[in-house]
Amino acid sequence: MATVTTPRTTPPATGASSPGYRPSLAKRVQLWLAKHFAMLSAILVLLYLFLPVAYTFAFSFNDHGKTNIVWQGFTWEHWQDPCGVAGACESLVTSLQVGAISTLVATVLGTLMALAMVRYRYRGKAASNVLIFVPMATPEIVMGAALLTIFVQGFSNIGIHLGFGTIVFSHIMFCLSFVVVTVKARIQSLDPRIEEAAQDLYAGPVQTFWKVTFPLILPGILGAAMLAFSLSFDDFIITNFVSGNENTFPKFVYVASRRGIPAEANVIGFSMFVLAVLLVIGAQVVGSARSSRSRGRSRSE
Amino acid sequence: MAGFREARGDLRLEGVTKAFGDFTAVDDIDLTVPRGSFFALLGPSGCGKTTTLRMVAGLEQPTAGRVMIGDTDLTGSRPYERPVNTVFQSYALFPHLTIRDNVAFGPKRRKDKDAARRTDEALELVQMTPLAGRKPAQLSGGQQQRVALARALVNHPEVLLLDEPLGALDLKLRREMQVELKRIQTEVGLTFIHVTHDQEEAMTMADTVAVMNRGRIEQLGAPASLYDLPRTRFVANFLGQANTGVGTIEGTDGDHLVADVLGTKVRILRSRSEVHEGQVLFGVRPEKVTVSRDQPAGVGNDVKGVVRDVSFLGVATSYLVDMPSGATWSCYEQNLDVDPIDLRPGDEVWLTWNPGHAFGVPVDDAVVPA
Amino acid sequence: MSGLAQVAGDPGVSRAAPAPESTKRSRTAYLLLLPGALWLGVFFVLPLVQLASVSLQSRYPGFPGYYYRDVNVENYVSALTDYAPHFARSFLYAGLATLLAFVVAYPLAYAMAFKAGRWRNLMMICVIAPFFTSFILRTFAWSQILADEGWVARTLDVLHLLPGGHIINTPVAVVAGLTYNFLPFMVLPIYASLERADPRVIEAGGDLYANGFTTFRTVTLPMSMPGVLAGTLLTFIPAAGDFVNMELLGPQRGKMVGNVINDQFLAIPGGYPVAAALSFTLMAAILAMVFLYVRRFGTEELV
Repeated sequence: MATVTTPRTTPPATGASSPGYRPSLAKRVQLWLAKHFAMLSAILVLLYLFLPVAYTFAFSFNDHGKTNIVWQGFTWEHWQDPCGVAGACESLVTSLQVGAISTLVATVLGTLMALAMVRYRYRGKAASNVLIFVPMATPEIVMGAALLTIFVQGFSNIGIHLGFGTIVFSHIMFCLSFVVVTVKARIQSLDPRIEEAAQDLYAGPVQTFWKVTFPLILPGILGAAMLAFSLSFDDFIITNFVSGNENTFPKFVYVASRRGIPAEANVIGFSMFVLAVLLVIGAQVVGSARSSRSRGRSRSE
Repeated sequence: MAGFREARGDLRLEGVTKAFGDFTAVDDIDLTVPRGSFFALLGPSGCGKTTTLRMVAGLEQPTAGRVMIGDTDLTGSRPYERPVNTVFQSYALFPHLTIRDNVAFGPKRRKDKDAARRTDEALELVQMTPLAGRKPAQLSGGQQQRVALARALVNHPEVLLLDEPLGALDLKLRREMQVELKRIQTEVGLTFIHVTHDQEEAMTMADTVAVMNRGRIEQLGAPASLYDLPRTRFVANFLGQANTGVGTIEGTDGDHLVADVLGTKVRILRSRSEVHEGQVLFGVRPEKVTVSRDQPAGVGNDVKGVVRDVSFLGVATSYLVDMPSGATWSCYEQNLDVDPIDLRPGDEVWLTWNPGHAFGVPVDDAVVPA
Repeated sequence: MSGLAQVAGDPGVSRAAPAPESTKRSRTAYLLLLPGALWLGVFFVLPLVQLASVSLQSRYPGFPGYYYRDVNVENYVSALTDYAPHFARSFLYAGLATLLAFVVAYPLAYAMAFKAGRWRNLMMICVIAPFFTSFILRTFAWSQILADEGWVARTLDVLHLLPGGHIINTPVAVVAGLTYNFLPFMVLPIYASLERADPRVIEAGGDLYANGFTTFRTVTLPMSMPGVLAGTLLTFIPAAGDFVNMELLGPQRGKMVGNVINDQFLAIPGGYPVAAALSFTLMAAILAMVFLYVRRFGTEELV
């Protein structure tokens, strides 16, 4: 794992020049393994991470009867009509809507909080840090339980009932802390002198924010938004408590899992995976292309 | 910008104080910087020079006192309302904007119709036109420094502030930029206030130097006069080297004070001493001291010491001499003679100097008013 | 803004200028904080207060699902006695999963930080990518992988390494599932702190100790401690509260505390007060552990 020192091979006693001498095969294999131990184990771990994804993919082609648990034969059928199972696509749409709204609200609120927490001095800073940290240190099941009790016993009196709204309210809440932490890290890495320079160059507070601060923390905000969306989209435990009769995609899959998840769910799940990976790779390619283009332009001048 | 204030004239600080909690960073400073001068604020880190600069920029507000340009009081106004621009330490260029957009930032905020032309001029002034399309990260330190300068100059501020602008550059580049800055200042004729901890930099560039220590200005004047006649122990030691010794003033001899220092009688011109009785810190600059094997006749002001170290520097030879009091003096002798005196460590020598070159300052700095 | 500065700039009031300036700044801070803090207040703090009050409620005898306000400590007694084994299992399984995740994650994070070179970004995507597939789908996939007729169980069986004859529906499968599900939360913080470390320091360590393991123990590991600390917390906390892995991979009997809370709330009429007491105990226990842990291995600021 750490630096591996290569043992010195002692030349045979017969003479200094012995072109035929090589360490034994076993020794060479051992050395090679020692040298590449970290990388080899990393590749094994990555394979391990992808194993269940591969299963999900494979079983999306399973020509299953009632249950999709053991392999029964190949079919394209589920890929041709992923919405063929009642509720699958409806729950996906719900999840996408919940994810979009929660991400938007949590990102805006969280960014504002992060700005205040890094750039301003105010009374109660420690308290605000605790308020951000504790939700992240609270198990989801406890948050779900707490939200259920307040929705059922408190907020139902003011006309809020379990459903789409309560899911969104809850998702915004648990995404918020993660947004704050992510954006905060980005703002902290920003030299405050750059904002001072903007003020020094006649930009008022509003212009300083939009012309300088915002463009510089935008990557952090986008990262936070992606994190929030993936947290919301994949959440099951809290959603299970606060959703009432509303179905999100993870909830649909969980309920179905008792009978064996229909292959259509595998199709949808795997498609989301491919979509997300393409999105991430696309963002990377665009990012590196942009930076190399700006380098190229300046060279030509 | 609605709140922007035109102001012309000298920069004046009146009784400016800045406290951070219990700590007084700047302590009741009065200062006038004439319009168009190159002014240096010199001092060790933590002496309050950067805080003073930030109060002029508007990035800090004084706890007490006023910041004025001409007759306009700028106290309490925001940085973007002041006709003052800053070249920041480590430059603080906008990393997401090109060099041209960095320089054009100020004129655009002020809705200057000539923004494009002025930007071009400023880039030309610092010779950065060929690289105007690049981002700051693609420039070297020296180039970034020029951009930071252009970005501030393009606004034709009444006062330009430079916060350790050459600190991040290597020695050779720093020398070049010193000359360059001086050229630009002469060319544009603006008031430059240059904050630095490098005494050599301050002395080579500025018309006037203010030496700051512990939130106060210890002494203010032309570089040569500060060097020649320091008025406090701090200034004597911070600006260049000084050979010093503590003694007691015993009497007068015409224009001179006579003091007993290092076991010998020394004379200091009355006009060159801050104290006229009691304890005095006597000082003389190394290049004003003459080294000889034999006691020179008549002049007085001579002390016997033992050579500790000799370094040949080409134009000069530097000697370290252990004094009877235990202190070590240093002396520079210009190598004018073909056959210089051949001294080795352990040799006994006589050190002499012209009484007109010596100075006297209080032994304890704390009692001296700025 | 400029108006205020005009007033403040008036010579007569200039000495008072800084004071309103600072209060104005903190007012802006509160305005920025307000919406988010309000949200957390209404949807995090308030629900916890309600949960606390429910955990002390009593049932109406004969009316399942109806409660009255009370200070019924019985719920906590029940939580701590009847469900002590569930708590023990939760913490044991979560602890084992955290340890395993550390062992698995460290080489990966190390390789990404020091060995991957230009493959670094790709490896990063590979770590995150599986988590774009719904975690329930992946957990279900594990139930297929570890099933009695699956290749893992068969191989182990042939090698006589499977004493009970099963993996699925055993605690082993639960720990395996927990380890898998929270692995990226271990990898990413460790990678982040290793990436910040200077590889030359590790080389210097190798120079001084000339022994791989000693270098690792005395140089590499201490440098990555903040990441390890964050990673263990981010793995342990969700693992201790999880019930899905137990539900999909675990045995019928011998559940974890998460399952009890879930069932008491959603499946058993009249289960609210005890479930609330269980939730509170779980949260208190975890917060106490986090607090002690952070103080023991302390980084000044986690957030």
